[in-house]
Amino acid sequence: MLRFAFKRLVSLSLSLVVASVVIFLFVEVVPGDPAAYMLGMNATEETLAALRDQLGLSGTLVERYLSWVGGMLRGDFGTSYTYRTPVSEMIGERLWISLPLALYALTLSTLIAFPAGIWAASKRGSVADVSVMGLTQLGVAIPNFWFAMLMVLVFSINLRWFSAGGFAGWESGFLPAMKSLTLPAIALALPQASILARVMRSSLLDTLSEDFIRTARAKGLTKRQALWRHALRNALIPVLTIIGLQFSFLMAGAIIIENVFSLPGLGRMVFQAISARDLIVVESVVMLLVFAVIVVNFAVDIAYAAVDPRLRVRG
Amino acid sequence: MTETGFLGAALRSRSLVLGAVLTAVFVLAAVVSFAWVPHDITSMNVPDRMKGPGGAHLLGTDHFGRDILSMIMVGARTSIAVAVVAVGIGMGFGVPLGLAAAARKGSLLDEVIMRGNDLVFAFPSLLIAIMITAVFGASALNAIIAIGIFNIPVFARLTRGAALSLWTRDYVMAARVAGKGATRISFEHILPNVTNLLIVQGTIQFSLGILAEAALSYVGLGAQPPLPSWGRMLADSQTMISIAPHMAIFPGLAILLTVLGLNLMGDGLRDLFDPKIRRVGR
Repeated sequence: MLRFAFKRLVSLSLSLVVASVVIFLFVEVVPGDPAAYMLGMNATEETLAALRDQLGLSGTLVERYLSWVGGMLRGDFGTSYTYRTPVSEMIGERLWISLPLALYALTLSTLIAFPAGIWAASKRGSVADVSVMGLTQLGVAIPNFWFAMLMVLVFSINLRWFSAGGFAGWESGFLPAMKSLTLPAIALALPQASILARVMRSSLLDTLSEDFIRTARAKGLTKRQALWRHALRNALIPVLTIIGLQFSFLMAGAIIIENVFSLPGLGRMVFQAISARDLIVVESVVMLLVFAVIVVNFAVDIAYAAVDPRLRVRG
Repeated sequence: MTETGFLGAALRSRSLVLGAVLTAVFVLAAVVSFAWVPHDITSMNVPDRMKGPGGAHLLGTDHFGRDILSMIMVGARTSIAVAVVAVGIGMGFGVPLGLAAAARKGSLLDEVIMRGNDLVFAFPSLLIAIMITAVFGASALNAIIAIGIFNIPVFARLTRGAALSLWTRDYVMAARVAGKGATRISFEHILPNVTNLLIVQGTIQFSLGILAEAALSYVGLGAQPPLPSWGRMLADSQTMISIAPHMAIFPGLAILLTVLGLNLMGDGLRDLFDPKIRRVGR
């Protein structure tokens, strides 16, 4: 187990290094001088020089890369040009919206997908199964930002149950804050729940056709008992993989959904940074999101290996 | 399977027929829009702005008085073009990479290709798109590249996996004994046998491409004015959703139905090409 974890840790570090190089080079290839690009045509020579210094643009490519990565490792993500505040501070504030939103959506998605998938699998071929599968087809095909707009139309404009956008702030209390994240979380969760329900169903159907389930039935368990006691646990592995992968889609999806609801999270910050040509912010936030995705997938791998010894050999 | 048997089976598959019909409707709308649209969309028509559906404008008009049906027809071009080229990029690079990796399994090349794939998977496609547009500017072309790059590992991985099992077949062995090189075998014997898989995956990636383009254009990183796009129509409608909900409803429905059609078609094709798979859904 330790050897497996170590091997995975090496590959995790390697992925992070390569990802950071890719992101760094990306911003490096900005045609022309990044400082001039960020400041526009009317910049004076002094402000350009000052920004170049601030961006760490003096020195060789390798030196610049090392100072960027070294800074991030110390928690220093540079200083935003437009806001003139440390990027780490800006990320810190906005993370308290984006992260709860992603987790809220993940919880909703799991709460919808598990019962739906299990129900469909246990009633395979029935009307219930066909309806659940039909609904998931719709859920996969619906653009989530459009679904978000429709929810705003129905629940905010017509029924006035929720505000159409903005964030109440954690200081206004847990429930009001969660309430303002509810419609965004539903919009994010819907496509993910549809995919997850399909995976849950097909994984459960695969497991139900295995020999140990026949044995369980033969020793007198009812179909329902066999499903809950034996099949479900074994069907969970592919489902967990998908949940791990979905985290990255949720983080990226949040970027779009935050814009629909004007939530001041990381996603909105990225867009504002793009339009303000604040590349330090873009670079740092993208690196942070990629870091989160790689680490979550690493954690999922380790979690399986801990649960299922058969997976350790694959590495 | 005989030709009629294949066609018969295709027509009996409900999801395939429904999916193909939906897809055909939107492809047709895009094609027809080159020759004819119900109303000109290049000029504003202020007196007719934000008219509800019905009358002269079947799906109503937008805030400039432009006919929404006509906009959706022209927008279909953008969506389809972006998705087709993005899938083309994915297949064009991904398939040869996958074939090469399978032909030299375990080699450095294989290792580099597969690790490179892992890396691209770690970047959600939207992040790639954001980076590309942050650096090179927002445009439909950059959206195509961003979506296309993400398609490469999908096709590379699929091709490699399928090709690896084909390399162990007797007829490939026979071709090797006959003195054919790895490249020739890959293209003459392996590729034709992974085509079905590629078509099915291509359909799925096509639908994902349409969703991605819509999302990018919605946030302003994709198609730029005056190029009509479903995602931009939705972005335009957002501030007017309380007074003109039809402006938001119809372009969204167009996306939903196209993507649904492609997904149903992909599912149907998969079952058709491989009758052995149990119908358990995805």
